[in-house]
Amino acid sequence: MYKSIIKTMKDVPLEEFYTSGHRTCQGCESAMVMRYLAKVAGPRTIVVGATGCMYVANTTYYTTSWVVPWVHTQLGGSGAAALGTSAALRALMRKGKIKEEPINVIVFCGDLGCADMGLSGVSNAMTYDYNLLIVLYDNESSANTDIQETSMTPYGAQTSFSRPGTARRIMKRRWKKSVVPMIIAGHRNIRYAATTTPAYPLDTMNKIKKALEIGGPTFIHSLDPCPKGWDYDPMYSHELGTLSVETGLWPLYEFVDGKLIYNEPTKGIVEGRVKRKPVREYLEKQGRFSHFTEEDYEYFQKMVDEMYTSWEIPGVMPIKSVIK
Amino acid sequence: MTELVQKEILLNGTQAVAYAAMYADVDVTAAYPIRPYTEVMDTISKLIADGQLDAEFIVAEGEHGQFEIVKHASLTGARTLVGTSGVGWLYGMEAIVVTATDRAPVVAVIGNRALDDPGAYGVEHNDALMVRDVGWLLVWVDTAQEAFDTALIAYRVGEDSRVLMPVGVSMDGGFLTHSEQIVRLPPRELVKDFLPAYNRGKYLVHPDNPISVAPQVNEDWVSEIRRQHDEGMERARTVISEAYESFKKVFGRYPGTTRDIKMFENPFVEPYMTDDAEVILVGMGTVSKPIKVAINKMREQGIKVGMLRIRWFRPFPTQEVMKYLSGAKVVCVVDRDYSLGSPFRGGVVYHEVRSSLYDLDERPKILSFIGGLGGREITVQDAEKVIKIGLEARDTPITRHTYWINVRGDPW
Repeated sequence: MYKSIIKTMKDVPLEEFYTSGHRTCQGCESAMVMRYLAKVAGPRTIVVGATGCMYVANTTYYTTSWVVPWVHTQLGGSGAAALGTSAALRALMRKGKIKEEPINVIVFCGDLGCADMGLSGVSNAMTYDYNLLIVLYDNESSANTDIQETSMTPYGAQTSFSRPGTARRIMKRRWKKSVVPMIIAGHRNIRYAATTTPAYPLDTMNKIKKALEIGGPTFIHSLDPCPKGWDYDPMYSHELGTLSVETGLWPLYEFVDGKLIYNEPTKGIVEGRVKRKPVREYLEKQGRFSHFTEEDYEYFQKMVDEMYTSWEIPGVMPIKSVIK
Repeated sequence: MTELVQKEILLNGTQAVAYAAMYADVDVTAAYPIRPYTEVMDTISKLIADGQLDAEFIVAEGEHGQFEIVKHASLTGARTLVGTSGVGWLYGMEAIVVTATDRAPVVAVIGNRALDDPGAYGVEHNDALMVRDVGWLLVWVDTAQEAFDTALIAYRVGEDSRVLMPVGVSMDGGFLTHSEQIVRLPPRELVKDFLPAYNRGKYLVHPDNPISVAPQVNEDWVSEIRRQHDEGMERARTVISEAYESFKKVFGRYPGTTRDIKMFENPFVEPYMTDDAEVILVGMGTVSKPIKVAINKMREQGIKVGMLRIRWFRPFPTQEVMKYLSGAKVVCVVDRDYSLGSPFRGGVVYHEVRSSLYDLDERPKILSFIGGLGGREITVQDAEKVIKIGLEARDTPITRHTYWINVRGDPW
């Protein structure tokens, strides 16, 4: 179905379309996502970026890192920007006002912009049949405003909106939303959606490639470890990404034409070949969980266990069917 | 098929703009319902369905999305139509502001509507006036014919490379959005002579032209960007004048003119019996109707009264306002809006007019009248009373700056 899947690093295109000029933090995994998506998409691409740390860090006037055309959209504007760009291309090509050719439209948005403010717009974009890819780069906080809580911040994590405190442990008590299941369950015409994390570069690049080749409205949710927000040494970015998958907290899967496919190592976990690592290994490496008590670790582990022991689709869909 | 004959059909204000958008061959439209603007999108939808227009019709998830859609479509080179009313306009405000600062020449219909709370869907101009300071061109129309003609002009002016700015075509909710009038449609073939293809030039977003639009500038460049935007706004004055002249040349009539209505040939304002007038009323939109009738009646009694209807509110017609009002003894500005907490507690247009007249050596007295809020009618009797108050102020010192027309518990 897919023409050229990237099998090894040697198959990755050499050209860069997201190059020097950005000022993302050391160890920034979201910057890797930008680089992968530009590399895989190639030069016939329009990238739209919503407000977020990837706007602030990447496109400072005079030092933009984008080789392909790049446009800013407002924090909650991702879905609409994707629709507008794609609709314009379709209309102009159909009416012969510009040359007819495939042009990729990729819009990226952070967790605050995509999963909170912009969710209705992203959802609306997913109901149309335009060719567009929306990439949610999720560093689990509002990362350019000094690390504030979003609905995607994990349970218990310290942010400047959710502080453990000394008198009262006022911390985040909400569990993180599952965005991709929400997208695939609610939008019948979507042919491709996936989770990924840049700790698995081939996985990320292949998913971007597949999304663009399948076309229509497509969605990728990437979990991006953030040294600043998560409070760890930048050298451990990939390790934390790997651990998020190996502990089962961040399952890797893709939804292709109505079928759910797990990717390694999540596939091994779901099939019982690979044992999940204790989630504590992942949490202990991050300063944002440093206030965790034994009860917190236990609660967190229990919630992750449930994803695999009692969910209808392990790690993806919690709603249990009543008719067996 | 080429239409080389003029057609006359019955259209209301919003339908007239939809027809203009069809004539302009728009590429992308974004819709979201709110009364009373909605019918422009109802009409566009029908025109597309009937094969009259080839355009993408996108139903947005809200006004914020609506304006983001057309902004990005416009940056990608598409001619666009959008619109909204009242609180919908405010819901989209963030996207509406960046549409201007990104210099996307979208054309929006604003069916003026009162802002919530309390819920009301009648006309009030405060919704459109919210963008008076952020770089939108704003024009108020008075008839369906003027709505059609002005929408075509809006594309021509907004898309001009000297301007590149969005244009809001404002019309009174109910009174114009929903009242049908005979509209004279020009031969479609001629529209090409008046309206060139939309060309963003070096600002086009396309892989052949890999630019970055709206990068972050922090404090380094904002002043320069605002200054450039303002220069575009000033150039718009020339471009608007050129567009009206060109319209007349191509279609053989001045914009807004029909067989029954003769429009005064000034793009920015419509003076009505101002030449010798001692009292001049100022207003925007359909308030001109009762005022003109009242003026006609008063003129029969030999009272020297006139009206200045403001069409383009941004850029504000300062020179025209000075020219036509300088000879008056009293200027009565009838606002269908109000600026809470403003100097002398007046309307927005009142303050703009007052400011424009400041440099005159002999300034007329200026009074603010607030009326017709939320769609209440301003009657001929109301207009007569405004004139009477103006006449009294001519001979006596001003003791009161603002009058609320016909408001319960406030005798005026």
